[in-house]
Amino acid sequence: MGRNVAIVGTGQTKHQAKHKDLNIVEMINQAVIRCLFDARISIDDVDCVLIGNMELFEGINLSDMWAAEASGALNRCGIKITTGGTTGTSLANAAYYFTASGLFDTVLAIGWQKLSEGDTSAGLISATDPIWERPTFAAAFGIFGACASQYMAETGLTMEHAAMVAVKARQNGRKNPYAHLQIDISLQDVRESPVLAHPIRVLDMCPASEGACAVLFACEEQAKKFPGRPAWVAATETRHDSPYVSDPPTFMDLRTLRVAAESAYKKAGISNPMKELDVIELYEPVTWAEISYLPALGIGLDGGMAGLIEGGALAMDGELPVNPSGGVLCTNPIGATALIRVAEAAMQIRGQAGEHQVPEVKTALATGFGGNWWSDIMILKSSLS
Amino acid sequence: MEMKPVRCISYKADLVYRYSAGKAASRFLVDLRDNKKIMATRCQKCGTTYIPPRSVCGQCFVTLNEWVEVGPQGTLTRFTVVQFPFWDPISGSQRAVPYVLGFIHLDGADLPLQHYLEKSDSGDLKVGARVEPVFKTERFGTLADIEYFRIVG
Repeated sequence: MGRNVAIVGTGQTKHQAKHKDLNIVEMINQAVIRCLFDARISIDDVDCVLIGNMELFEGINLSDMWAAEASGALNRCGIKITTGGTTGTSLANAAYYFTASGLFDTVLAIGWQKLSEGDTSAGLISATDPIWERPTFAAAFGIFGACASQYMAETGLTMEHAAMVAVKARQNGRKNPYAHLQIDISLQDVRESPVLAHPIRVLDMCPASEGACAVLFACEEQAKKFPGRPAWVAATETRHDSPYVSDPPTFMDLRTLRVAAESAYKKAGISNPMKELDVIELYEPVTWAEISYLPALGIGLDGGMAGLIEGGALAMDGELPVNPSGGVLCTNPIGATALIRVAEAAMQIRGQAGEHQVPEVKTALATGFGGNWWSDIMILKSSLS
Repeated sequence: MEMKPVRCISYKADLVYRYSAGKAASRFLVDLRDNKKIMATRCQKCGTTYIPPRSVCGQCFVTLNEWVEVGPQGTLTRFTVVQFPFWDPISGSQRAVPYVLGFIHLDGADLPLQHYLEKSDSGDLKVGARVEPVFKTERFGTLADIEYFRIVG
């Protein structure tokens, strides 16, 4: 068992379609400065810097080298971590491991992406197997379309439930000043948005964003010196699946998330997630991900999902708010996206979420999702048990 | 005088890659091209028959050397009609929409194959439909040697 570790600072850029006035390293630096300011420390007090994005979107490779000055990695331990969609939670989990090990007292995790600088389609294609998957690859929405069709047939949930998730996310996002999409949409807007691949409509999908996020982890001894409220790491998990998109027997029932959750709940002493979790920041690149991944977390089991969505239980003022930040459906700078989930979960515990603050958050869960159906989890608590 | 900002430096890159097929895919693609057969690898420990065929069973972490023929017929397990044009990674041009993307559980295989389905407005395009491959006349040893799967019942 490692040392106790807490998140003691977070920083984000405003996420948007394009940062016209900032290059990659300037954008990273903005998130780092805000994180250090939030923690009230200087870069001199950071022992290690972990940084990552999803490669090839910008067509550059040694981004950790380019950013060494602006990220704070110069003359200290610095490592790049890149695992696709889960990059952000891989960074958070690694920062936790580094700190809990006793080898580093303070570790800064930085995730970023600047999608407008390259070709997002080319970046996604580069992540698919050239022999087996590229000949028929139809982007993320094509895969999600096939998966969601099957899920609808199996569960009886409808495109109207997806529309409710789409509206909830965008209305939450309007309360988050860092969220990319700031749009006031109705159920009718979702119904009328163009179909990409049945049943996925434009408003069912996440946007392509630019932005950076930084999160500072500290050991217990250090964490107690910081002025803000610490968000203690209660559990982390990572689960991978086999390589091809067609491998899992059912797609939307995310088996990696289910086994990760079982293990994380055990570590964090959680037996009834619906009651014991106060907020979830879920990596949902599409509305159907929220609908189908929550049961893997033990939420809305046995056909209960329809009732939770229709009754508003997952809304900002509901029994268990999911993505008060607006989530990935509002903001998706890929390499930062999962770290934003962790940062937002920490902000909820630390009472820093402003207009999208959920009252009295004691336990928060963040997830990361990536190819091929990989899942990460981090559970944060307001106190050490 | 107002200063004109420099905001963006543009590059155009034309990159060509050469991927090794490897032992498993090479064997599969030769049989597909020369014999119109769909071959899978089978794990002798757990019995899983892998499509796409691969060289290692991840569950058992053993090397896969046994080959079995699967299909050619199979069952459609999930599909979607793609309405938004996407780049065809092989040709570099945009695919004509709409087209049907499906996952086909070939008879004898434990995992499905991702491929195209014939377009059909007759209502027989549904989960559970029986399908079979339509091979191209000229074949080059790629998965695209199967043009698409057609519905047979």
